[in-house]
Amino acid sequence: MSLRIEHITVRYGQTTAVDDVSLDIADGEVVALLGPSGCGKSTLLRTVAGLEKADDGEVRWDGDDLTGTPVHERGFGLVFQDGQLFPHRDVAGNVAFGLRMAKVDKEVRLKRIDELLELVGLDGYQHRKVTQLSGGEQQRVALARALAPQPRLLLLDEPLSALDRALREQLAVDLARLLREAGATALVVTHDHDEAFTLADRVAIMRKGKIRQVGPPAEVWREPADVETAKFLGCNKFVPGSFVGLANDRVGLRASALRVDPAGTLEGVVLERVHRRDHVRLLVEIDGDEYEAVGPVTEIGDRVRLVVEQDGLAVLRDEPHGGQ
Amino acid sequence: MAHPRSRLNRRSRLNWTLAALLPLGFLAVFFAWPVLAIITLGLREGGISEALTSADTWELVAFTLGQAAAATVVAVITGLPVAFVLARCKIRGLGVLRAAVMVPFVLPTVVVGLAFRAFWPDGGVLPIVLANAFFNVAVVARTVGGLWAHTDRRAEDAARALGASRPRAFLSVVLPALAPAIGSAAAVVFLFCATSFGVVLILGGARYRTLETEIYLRTVELFDLSGAAALSLIQFAAVIAVLLLGALARRRRETALALKGREELARRPTGGEWAVVAAAGAVVLALLTPVVGLIIRSLSTRDGWSLAGYRALATTGERGTLSVSGVEAALNSLRTATDATAIALVVGVFSAFVLIGLKRSGSRVSEALDTALMLPLGVSAVTVGFGYLVTMDALPGDFRTSPLLVPLAQALVVTPLVVRMVLPVLRAVDERLRQAAATLGAGPARVWLEVDLPLVGRSLVAAAGFGFVVALGEFGATSFLARPDAPTLPVVIARLMSRPGALNSQMAYAACALLMVVTIACVLLIERLRVPSSGEF
Repeated sequence: MSLRIEHITVRYGQTTAVDDVSLDIADGEVVALLGPSGCGKSTLLRTVAGLEKADDGEVRWDGDDLTGTPVHERGFGLVFQDGQLFPHRDVAGNVAFGLRMAKVDKEVRLKRIDELLELVGLDGYQHRKVTQLSGGEQQRVALARALAPQPRLLLLDEPLSALDRALREQLAVDLARLLREAGATALVVTHDHDEAFTLADRVAIMRKGKIRQVGPPAEVWREPADVETAKFLGCNKFVPGSFVGLANDRVGLRASALRVDPAGTLEGVVLERVHRRDHVRLLVEIDGDEYEAVGPVTEIGDRVRLVVEQDGLAVLRDEPHGGQ
Repeated sequence: MAHPRSRLNRRSRLNWTLAALLPLGFLAVFFAWPVLAIITLGLREGGISEALTSADTWELVAFTLGQAAAATVVAVITGLPVAFVLARCKIRGLGVLRAAVMVPFVLPTVVVGLAFRAFWPDGGVLPIVLANAFFNVAVVARTVGGLWAHTDRRAEDAARALGASRPRAFLSVVLPALAPAIGSAAAVVFLFCATSFGVVLILGGARYRTLETEIYLRTVELFDLSGAAALSLIQFAAVIAVLLLGALARRRRETALALKGREELARRPTGGEWAVVAAAGAVVLALLTPVVGLIIRSLSTRDGWSLAGYRALATTGERGTLSVSGVEAALNSLRTATDATAIALVVGVFSAFVLIGLKRSGSRVSEALDTALMLPLGVSAVTVGFGYLVTMDALPGDFRTSPLLVPLAQALVVTPLVVRMVLPVLRAVDERLRQAAATLGAGPARVWLEVDLPLVGRSLVAAAGFGFVVALGEFGATSFLARPDAPTLPVVIARLMSRPGALNSQMAYAACALLMVVTIACVLLIERLRVPSSGEF
């Protein structure tokens, strides 16, 4: 019960959208394909679904090559960014669709619909029109619809990107729980690292058609494969490891890497200050160089002490040539 | 170049191209063949060059194009305020307005001719232009309104915020955005007006003739086939030119738009906008005047109000003018129109699917087929009708006596309308909706059945109703092909009007009113069913 992507290449005319990508997903595992827009991650997902033809390479399920298997016989569920619910069917009709295609008995069908709507927190929504649902509710129905026929693999294409921020964060947590409860094997495409890290057991970083790094979220977050990946994961300043007391050549700093704290060992002067939702962002000058930091309210011009937050650091493996 | 993707595309392109042969075959047998047969018949007799060099011919061409251009201008000017109200205003009675505008377009030409004769008993140029415009206000209002309803209002708001006055914003922002729709509508209207038959025949009398009525006169009364063929050729050339312009406008329109829903754009009119609303109201009143006039005329006799005309429908008219009673003719009409609608739906829906498939696989045949399907709208119905008479005997079982002859001719006119109504809806179906169905286990055929068909269903019913009323009112080809013992209502009306007798004309007006009531009922039904602001008519 596992998916194996082997040396997949997809070209559109002159451009290569996916370039010789290989990736395995184990049974019950959730893998996130994380990368900036246009990196080829959606194309890869659509190739797995059978909606795109690969120019080279294979998608295998339990070792069987799926190249000749059409979309509707793959048994892979797909959730789009914007739901794509059938507007002419109600909520129950949407969830039932895959079950009807699989010729499931009506009684079993109805029970399964109830179960799934309960699972996604839309109990009693059976006969609502899908056009009257909010964006978040639509995505929940889309998820229930995809899960209903018990797909071998669930494919999620930016499932939360169309929602507003607060809802997105809430739904990401819900979705992570749902995927665990359903025991789903899933491939999630996203450009949002918070989303990827919330949902996935493993994260695959993709850039310019290639997978640059695969690993558990904490590892990828802490040790990005290269500078570009570190930048994509929020690092905007690179310093020698000695600056934060590490032995590495280079360490990437995120905005939260330095925090104002009287017990800190670094010392600087506050240059700018911006209030954010739950903290204050500062621009601090340390030894003639500017750094971002977070902290309690301070005045511009104040002299402050700063501590290093480990979560804000990305440790880059020492590269012999260290080119940027 | 030979990677799998292009191979895949090439194969589906081939499949769709083969599928396109079916509608093209239908057009070839029931349209191109009869028309070409008539033209070659005329050519063989010689005298084409004579017709082409005659000053009379060119006067005829000038009058045909002139009256069509004038009617187009009138229809565009009167149609724009109505389009504005339909697209942008949140006011009461919008549904009534929408239906009211639609009524004239589907009224039988004979009926409209008679309605205008009630006001201008002697006919003339002005009533011809007005009557042609009267038909086509709906085309402008619906085509332009359809686009207007979905163009983003914020560009206009931005222009106003930058200091443009309301008229200035309209001229510099709104009008250019609408130009493709106006162009496309004008092309269609021009086509309809240039080939309009019943109206010109009834209002023009012997004095004012267009190419279409002249073709009819030469074929039927003068047996001057070469002259008729020459005129058909000229008409054909003009029609193709206009169709190509229309196709160009449509292409620009489809590529240039980011569409939005009407709901978020419509609002209550303010200030000067009420003047536009009033203008639209005046246009609708003007549109309804002939309709009301006709009903009044059908009820009034020299001796005051009377239902005599309606009672006479059960008879064959004064001194047996008709071969069947009015009621029988009405039943004939219903039967014929039903058959024609069924044929047009099958051909039209199939063609729409093929057009979508061709376009998606990147084939160029798509536009050629699209244009070919529109051709019958612009070719003289009289030519088609006469062409049937000289060719259809070659089909198995002498098709000339087949009860399907008239429905087939009518279906030719209805099919393009079906295509134009179904196509935009099919095009608007998000490809990912089909993909979602596929990932849930639906094969290609099942996807059509479960996704495309239900989504297109309402517009299909609307197209059927619409096609039905158009077939009901078709006069040009039907007048040619209907067997004497099975005339349709419009044929009966024309015959009654051409014979003396007060009761005959009373009966004709009553038949008109009857036809109108059926038409209006259908339009109201369509309005209830149609997908909000979709389709081009």
